[in-house]
Amino acid sequence: MRIWTRGGALFAAASAIVLIAGCGSSGGSASSGTSGGGGATQGLTPPQAGTAVPASVGQTEGHLNLIAWEGYAQPQWVKPFQQATGCQVSTKYAGSSSEMVSLMANGGGGQYDLVSASGDADLRLIYGGDVKPININLMPSWKNFHPFLQSPPFNTIGGKHYGISLQFGPNVLLYSKSAFPSAPTSWSVLYNKKYAGQVTVPNNPIQIADAALYLSKTQPGLGITDPYELTQSQFNAAVNLLKQQKPLIKKYWDLASQEISLFSSGTTVVGAAWPYQTNTLVADHQKVADTIPAQGATGWADTWMLATKAPHPNCAYKWMQWATTPKVQAQQAVYFGETPANKLACPIMDQIQKGSCAAYHANAPESYYQTIKFWKTPLAQCGNGKNDCVPFQQWVSAWTQITG
Amino acid sequence: MEGRLARIGLRIWVGGVLLFLFVPIAIICFYAFNSSNIQSWPIQGLSVKWFSVAWHDPQVRAAFVLSLKAGVFATAIALLLGSAAAFGVHRFRFFGREAVSLLLVLPLALPGIITGIALNSAFSFAGIGLSLLTIVIGHATFCIVVVYNNVIARLRRVSGSVYEASADLGAHGFFTFRTVTLPMLSTALISGALLAFALSFDEVIVTTFTAGAQNTLPLWIFGAIRLGQQLPEVNVVVVAVLLLTVIPVIIAVRLTGGGGITRGSAAARSAMDSGSPGA
Amino acid sequence: MTSTVAQGGRPGGEPASSRHAGGVPGGGSARLAAALWRRAWLRATLTLTPPLAWFLVIYLASLVVMLVTAFWSVNPFTNTLVHTWTLSNFRQLFTSTYLIIIGRTVGMAALVTVTDAVLAFPFAYYMARLASNRGRQLLFTAVLLPLWASYIARVYAWIVILQKGGTLSWSFQKLGLGAVNIGYTNTAMWLVFSYIWLPFMIVPVYAALERIPDSLLEASGDLGAHNWRTLRSVLLPLALPGVVAGSIFTFSLTLGDFITPLLVGGANSNFIGNVIYSNLGTAGNLPFAAALAVVPIVIMVFYLLGARLLGAFESL
Repeated sequence: MRIWTRGGALFAAASAIVLIAGCGSSGGSASSGTSGGGGATQGLTPPQAGTAVPASVGQTEGHLNLIAWEGYAQPQWVKPFQQATGCQVSTKYAGSSSEMVSLMANGGGGQYDLVSASGDADLRLIYGGDVKPININLMPSWKNFHPFLQSPPFNTIGGKHYGISLQFGPNVLLYSKSAFPSAPTSWSVLYNKKYAGQVTVPNNPIQIADAALYLSKTQPGLGITDPYELTQSQFNAAVNLLKQQKPLIKKYWDLASQEISLFSSGTTVVGAAWPYQTNTLVADHQKVADTIPAQGATGWADTWMLATKAPHPNCAYKWMQWATTPKVQAQQAVYFGETPANKLACPIMDQIQKGSCAAYHANAPESYYQTIKFWKTPLAQCGNGKNDCVPFQQWVSAWTQITG
Repeated sequence: MEGRLARIGLRIWVGGVLLFLFVPIAIICFYAFNSSNIQSWPIQGLSVKWFSVAWHDPQVRAAFVLSLKAGVFATAIALLLGSAAAFGVHRFRFFGREAVSLLLVLPLALPGIITGIALNSAFSFAGIGLSLLTIVIGHATFCIVVVYNNVIARLRRVSGSVYEASADLGAHGFFTFRTVTLPMLSTALISGALLAFALSFDEVIVTTFTAGAQNTLPLWIFGAIRLGQQLPEVNVVVVAVLLLTVIPVIIAVRLTGGGGITRGSAAARSAMDSGSPGA
Repeated sequence: MTSTVAQGGRPGGEPASSRHAGGVPGGGSARLAAALWRRAWLRATLTLTPPLAWFLVIYLASLVVMLVTAFWSVNPFTNTLVHTWTLSNFRQLFTSTYLIIIGRTVGMAALVTVTDAVLAFPFAYYMARLASNRGRQLLFTAVLLPLWASYIARVYAWIVILQKGGTLSWSFQKLGLGAVNIGYTNTAMWLVFSYIWLPFMIVPVYAALERIPDSLLEASGDLGAHNWRTLRSVLLPLALPGVVAGSIFTFSLTLGDFITPLLVGGANSNFIGNVIYSNLGTAGNLPFAAALAVVPIVIMVFYLLGARLLGAFESL
């Protein structure tokens, strides 16, 4: 598709830089080959799919550079790792999936080894060629994972694992107990004029999926089956719902701490949140609680993904092994308020904080997890093999229109 | 022209502006002693535990040291290139002179995110790994203009007659530079350096895209406020930085006599400028 | 003036002669002038090349490269760049959503600039003309010191001040003025922006005011001008370049910020910076982000050209 016009060197340099900056090293060449994995990926092969994986973990390099969510590289489990492996860990905290993808441009730039990407960034990283497959057989804890997190469609394409699942959690409905004596049973409270000016939702285009999930149950006529694979008409319905919601919103929150202060000051009484906010507020004796309404919930699932140009791959493998051990899984789950991928973490969670295993659903039956629709990057390719779904760029511009 | 009423009015105004400037700082100091990590008003309980937490936090130490290094190197580059540019633009008339002074202001005038992304792509393309070096390059780019502004403003104020006097006394270019120009510039260089260092030390947006895996202090702070677990620790660190900088800032202000020149010399200079200030 | 550049004599040794020698008309002096012209040219090159090289090679080149993408687009299926020239990104800019966001950003930048100028002028006047030497130094320290408290932490502190039942509302209630609830609104953004950039306005305005000779104001009084008349006809025109210089900072810093809207803004707080940021990364829409970036660039170039006309560059 590249059209070379006049302009010579500058243009050549420009396009090369842009290629690298904008879309990773080799830019996801389209091919009509076969691919399994998630239905959303038919007709596309990730650029790094052919990259060979190591048969064993070699000599460690002494350093490891992570891009992570805040709270994912706490001293409690980083220090023992450094002592055990000699890999000195440096962590760059990213504030959003967008920032993670920006930082991972060009395969991590030869700078970063691993990124704790969420599902909304995963496919972008995979098809951008910024991450490469790993050898899942080198991960001893993998066999103890909840089955749905062993090879989920957001990080496993065509049987190749582009990283290892880590932790997950639902996007819950957080409410003030003084405004709601009993737990709301439907997401409809977020669209109810009664709470105008007292509602908060995340400032994230992926929020359109929450509206789509709600519509899939309340307006079955739209035929929404997957909130991340929306045809134009389904997408428009979700966007319209969110436009109607706009006047009710006090603040689209960007940081978890913002939502915490919104609720602790009583500015808002209901909103979409992570369990983390609830935990922090409850620990501060605030009268709030959360719930998953009848329509189910969207959720995030994070994966440690290996950068294409990882400078310290052996330390990276050691870290993926370490981060998925039951103890570290439990520590992180309790610290952040999320659910570990490793089933064996449950009893250790209860040792750290009594009742936390059940509180974070770490021992829930598989059917519970099926109610959570995990984030994935919306692509034009739908699960039905058609290419009429709305891609993420349009989600972003629609979100700009909604939030104005 | 100042009547008594006007003086009182001005005092109240100055007091009001000072209050405006310092209430948030007071809040930061106050909440450094917060026992909870949620900032609610009024404060729920007091604690000094965060001082020990911050002191023993290796991430804070590493970030502080990195910020210090970045600030020092960026300021050094800015001093060299900024004053060189100021001399060039001030002393020589050449084609595109206007464009040059516009160009120099651009990194401050354009959104940091643009500079950040542009530099990030360029480093990526050139195969330069992100590190202290790339932070310094990013910071120096917008610090140069600060030094440039200070130096060129001083050069403009220094009357041409001073050079002529020096020349009349037989001094040639370099000698005049060393014995006349440089001493007159020293305070402008000090205040320029101070401002450049302050800008570098507190920069977040460009740094996000030019820093490697290591965090500068503002990046650490931005990380720490996201989840809010360490909010009081952030306040402690900010208070500590303030206390550390009070003395150097006061010294610098004294040296530069409040932005450069004291009233006395202003009168002398305005006489030299023959009543055409600001031109 | 040129004679300083032209000096070839030794320092100290023979003070008197060289300048006069230079002044003697004739062939010798013409040769000398030519040589000196060459040397001046050389010196200009030497002083200007390093900073210009820095800006051209590092800054401008990466900027230009990024802006070229504004004329490209993204393939929605592969998420890769399509290197075909198109104006579609710019066309999208002229839709109501983005015009509102651009309008909001520019309006806020203008409002903050005016607010800071109004706040700064009396303050700087007091500093420059009424305060004692000691008082001036104290005030100057007070203006500079906040720059050392982290920008993020200072903005964050405003959340506690402005939120429901926060410091401001609490104080108002104590004073019997009733509750104020301006947390997470554009009013909050306006206050915080004005607060954050105020020192950048005070310093140049002070510098401009401090330069006005007392004799000028006395002369105005002697000529029978009232205080207001002196303020309007003498002080303000002479302080204007300082105000314009300060406004370059307050205007451009507000124009490009995205952290303050993110922290203290409400549901209508999207700024140009926020939209640029959200189009990068996950969306991978670098072309549109670059097109959007053209807006503040164009605005600032015009602003700087205007400022130059008003003499602001002379008093930066």
